[in-house]
Amino acid sequence: MASGHLMEGRQMSSKPRIVITGLGLTAPNGNSLGEFRANLLAGKARIAVIDVRHMGKHPAGVCDFDTTKWQKRKELRIGTRVGSISIFCSREALGDSGLDWDKVDKSRVGVYLGITEHGNVETENEIHNISQFGNDTKYWTHHHNPRTVANNPAGEVTMNMGITGPHYTIGAACAAGNAGLIQAAQMLQLGEVDIAFAGGVSESIHTFGIFAGFKNQGALGAHEDPTKASRPFDKNRNGIVISEGGAIYVLERLDDALARGARIIAEIAGWCINSDATDAVLPNPERQTECVHMALKRAGMKPQDIHIVSTHATATALGDIQECTALRNVFTDCPDTRINNTKSFIGHCMGAAGALELAGNLPSFEDNWVHPTINIDELDPECAMPGLVINHPIKVARVDTILNNSFGMLGINSALIVKKYGVA
Amino acid sequence: MTKDDIKQVVLDIIADIAPDEDLTTVKPEVRLRDQLSLDSMDFLDIVMELRKKHGIEVPEADYVQLASLDSCANYLLPKFEAKGK
Repeated sequence: MASGHLMEGRQMSSKPRIVITGLGLTAPNGNSLGEFRANLLAGKARIAVIDVRHMGKHPAGVCDFDTTKWQKRKELRIGTRVGSISIFCSREALGDSGLDWDKVDKSRVGVYLGITEHGNVETENEIHNISQFGNDTKYWTHHHNPRTVANNPAGEVTMNMGITGPHYTIGAACAAGNAGLIQAAQMLQLGEVDIAFAGGVSESIHTFGIFAGFKNQGALGAHEDPTKASRPFDKNRNGIVISEGGAIYVLERLDDALARGARIIAEIAGWCINSDATDAVLPNPERQTECVHMALKRAGMKPQDIHIVSTHATATALGDIQECTALRNVFTDCPDTRINNTKSFIGHCMGAAGALELAGNLPSFEDNWVHPTINIDELDPECAMPGLVINHPIKVARVDTILNNSFGMLGINSALIVKKYGVA
Repeated sequence: MTKDDIKQVVLDIIADIAPDEDLTTVKPEVRLRDQLSLDSMDFLDIVMELRKKHGIEVPEADYVQLASLDSCANYLLPKFEAKGK
């Protein structure tokens, strides 16, 4: 077993290096990295109150990007909300990457998008639709199947952008944002593609089933002030605020990026995905600890080398404690490690969460600021961790590395480490 | 309901399903697919909207009758009349 671990470490270092050269996003509090980052540093949450079918008003993170910037109105009518989010993010990422798209061989481009779930929105909509017609299925839309196939969001991107390489989604519950990036890095290392659009996306606020499921699980967040409804690590946290969003990155092999003179935003340093194999909903801190340790090993790093830990914590009573337990297991005696959380600003963007949470931290490589986790009125003692950045951003001497945690139901854990390019 | 009324009904449906199209210059005698960007799924949308909004059924064998505005009007007029419209 031990030799197997060592072999994995060597294999990682011998494979092509993968870098991020572009990024596009939409979050409830920003439709560009600049806007998103500014709000994270300013402590500005943005959570709306929406009418959820059958359930009344609930806090939710709603994105307000310009849907017609990159899509015709007919595309919007035929496609899905998450397809639209995916296209917006991919197009913005392309622009950010500086790629000369007309000269790119589209057959060598892949699209790998993490999703928590897909199809619930359209299925619920159609069930509601035919309920207006006596539940006669002849009123069920013929668009249902192309809208609900699991590859839908990635496929919509390929059609919009003329990409003829591979596309698919990676279903990984709330670890999906990391999983999309990891999948893309692996495909680039294998030489399957030369350019990857990868990350995570979610339209989950448009399905009442997600809200009802969390509510009946006792895990749906609420507060009279919606911007305080999502409060990981706070003693009085009461659950998840469901949000939509997306973050899609352009990934390339380092040699290719250097050859075209690309601006390198960050390098993918290491990762791990593992499974709890214990419970469908309750996270397992032992497996989370192992996941982070393996990601560190593959990155050739020690815990002390990590400067920012972007936590997954969703503001559930037990889930936050489990993650804190795992982090305390790993990050002992790490004075330069800061810990933060993004869901306190934007809620839980489900499939997009990991990808968005990484994005909001990337500018730290340049400005050395660490955004906080907000909405902590009274820190839960069981969530206390050295290095937790509470309510206000802090300036540090340097940020060279970020560990991005994303965990999900059925016990899927993901840890992704990125580093500032050029740092040994 | 007149044939012109029916043409307007169809145009209103097309305006919803093909919102990027300029419908002011549609020639009633020319096949819709030859002058608008419409595919087979769009024609199924026309069939669905006739069903939902007007209670009109168009059997698959008759889809060809929806080729142009003129053919739509000729085909749909008796159906609308049968509905008392």
